[in-house]
Amino acid sequence: MGIWLLRRVGQIIPTLLILSVMIFGLQQLMPGDPALILAGEERGDPQVLAQIRAELLLDRPLHEQYLAWMGRVLQGDFGFSWRIRVPVSELILEKLPVTFQLGLMAFIIAVLIGVPLGILSAVRKDQPADWAANGAALFGISMPNFWLGILMILLFSVQLGWLPPSGYVPITEDFWQSIATTIMPAFVLGTGVAGVLMRHTRAAMLGAMSQDYVRTARAKGLRERVVVWKHALRNALIPVVTLGTIEFGRLLSGAVLTEQIFSIPGFGKLVVDAVFNRDYPVVQGVVLATALIFVLLSLLADILYMAINPRLRRA
Amino acid sequence: MTPVLDVAGLSIRFPNGLKAVDGLSLRVGAGQTLAVVGESGCGKSATALAIIGLLAEGTQVGGAVRLSGQELLGLAADEMRRLRGGDVAMIFQEPMTSLNPAFTAGDQVAEAIRAHRAISKAEAAREAVAMLERVRIPDAARRARQYPHEMSGGMRQRVMIAMALACRPKLLIADEPTTALDVTVQAQILALLDELKRETGTAVLLITHDLGVVADHADHVAVMYAGRVVEHAPAAQLFARPEHPYTIGLLGARPSAASPTALLASIEGTVPDLRTPPPGCRFAPRCPFRIARCETEAPALTALGAEHGVACHRAPLEASLAA
Ligand SMILES: Nc1ncnc2c1ncn2[C@@H]1O[C@H](COP(=O)(O)OP(=O)(O)OP(=O)(O)O)[C@@H](O)[C@H]1O
Ligand code: SF4
Ligand SMILES: [Mg+2]
Repeated sequence: MGIWLLRRVGQIIPTLLILSVMIFGLQQLMPGDPALILAGEERGDPQVLAQIRAELLLDRPLHEQYLAWMGRVLQGDFGFSWRIRVPVSELILEKLPVTFQLGLMAFIIAVLIGVPLGILSAVRKDQPADWAANGAALFGISMPNFWLGILMILLFSVQLGWLPPSGYVPITEDFWQSIATTIMPAFVLGTGVAGVLMRHTRAAMLGAMSQDYVRTARAKGLRERVVVWKHALRNALIPVVTLGTIEFGRLLSGAVLTEQIFSIPGFGKLVVDAVFNRDYPVVQGVVLATALIFVLLSLLADILYMAINPRLRRA
Repeated sequence: MTPVLDVAGLSIRFPNGLKAVDGLSLRVGAGQTLAVVGESGCGKSATALAIIGLLAEGTQVGGAVRLSGQELLGLAADEMRRLRGGDVAMIFQEPMTSLNPAFTAGDQVAEAIRAHRAISKAEAAREAVAMLERVRIPDAARRARQYPHEMSGGMRQRVMIAMALACRPKLLIADEPTTALDVTVQAQILALLDELKRETGTAVLLITHDLGVVADHADHVAVMYAGRVVEHAPAAQLFARPEHPYTIGLLGARPSAASPTALLASIEGTVPDLRTPPPGCRFAPRCPFRIARCETEAPALTALGAEHGVACHRAPLEASLAA
């Protein structure tokens, strides 16, 4: 297991290298001369421009620029926002937890809805409960987030007045207020993943329920509840856990739109603002952070797969 | 004395309309092994699953299945569940897939114990190790902590046997328990079953299509054909004096057996389609001794001797051939 883990972590390095080259390349393709933008008022002064270029190594060959940039990135220095002159890393660290909270809540909601529904529809295959669960999954997958978001705001905020329609309270400030401001967006964000998880859980459970060991479990005289929730589910969850981890990554990127609908100052809002303002260092930092999160999540997926699958554990 | 298992007039009809078993009767006494033999598809597994109550929902089961006198058909699902793994246990053909890959061998045996007795987890775990020892698994304590994928097929089948016998069942159903194993392991597993049967007095219903296994391990034999028992007798008697033309053919088809009557070298033709079985004797289309009556009237299982029964219009065959 230890050696496997080392090898698996080692495999990430080439992926990250390729990613970094791509992101660095992106920087080169960005329109506008950074020196001109950074010079601001003094952009007419060639001496100032030359000084900035020298500081940013813009007068050096590309590979040297790349190495210098990598060196900075490795130290957590993602550069400065052109618009608000704040370190990009600071912006990311400020916004990421907001999106992470939203994503985590959405994921919990998705798991709580999707997995039990998937089990139910597998156990009641081709019965009304199965049809209803499949219908719900289709609804969750195909309902556009913005539309569901608007409907929910209309119902829970405008009609019933139970929840604030927008805004965000940090969880460190007021736990329940924080939940109140994020529960609706989390639900909206989670429905799609709930649908995907439901379909995968259903398929995996159907597969597991037809296995010989399920017949053995019944032959032992176990209650059907134990047969389903212990013997079948334990095996069915192995592929679902892997999928769930990847879906969590998709949730984080799906948050961009949902954060707009509910005016939540998270990662998504940071990206959208940065794109509209052509604040390229921020865009680049966000892309880099997102890529890193995805790589780490796929590593986590592999580790979890290993941890819950005894057939691989001791290999 | 009431037999441990008494099956009378059992019929099984699958949801797709296929009548896999029709009017089947069997008896097994305590400490006895009844071998059920017959070609693939004749309804052996369906019969076993009907006895232990594991046929898929929607399957119609008729007749009577009595365990020590208690009728099992028509029991509430929860009552039947309590008997499964308790009074009736079953082991299956595929040891490679019959154990759950996600749990250790010890856990799976302990779970079978705790399903029927109110004892602590620790106690059940200890008993599980003891059971693994009883099925002659060396280094049982260590093996108990292993997962199925760390074991050979023979070892897994031993774990299955430990699990099945953990609650001292009155009846053990073994559905081709050694078919998937190689020959030496087969012999070991069958010898183990014999030994455990002698120790515990469990009645064994041994399903097989291997006549060698029958000769060495069965007290009594029931020969099935197309969903019915066509002949049953003590093992020695069946081999010495088979009466039913199908049994004779089966023994003749056995490569190593010198068939006493050698009337049939092998059985021509194929098993009838159980969706539309022939109206009379089901073996009639393949039977060289067929007479007019065979095509219209199904022969009933009739006693030839105290323990020998045959379902054939021409039994006893030798007398009838001589006539
Ligand atoms: N669930 C089912 N639905 C419909 N038909 C079935 C079902 N299970 C078994 N059958 C059919 O019932 C008949 C008896 O099957 P069974 O499994 O009892 O045979 P078997 O004697 O155990 O054969 P084998 O030696 O191959 O194990 C076969 O024709 C089979 O195709
Ligand atoms: S009843 Fe007739 S057809 Fe059937 S086995 Fe006997 S002789 Fe053959
Ligand atoms: Mg079978």
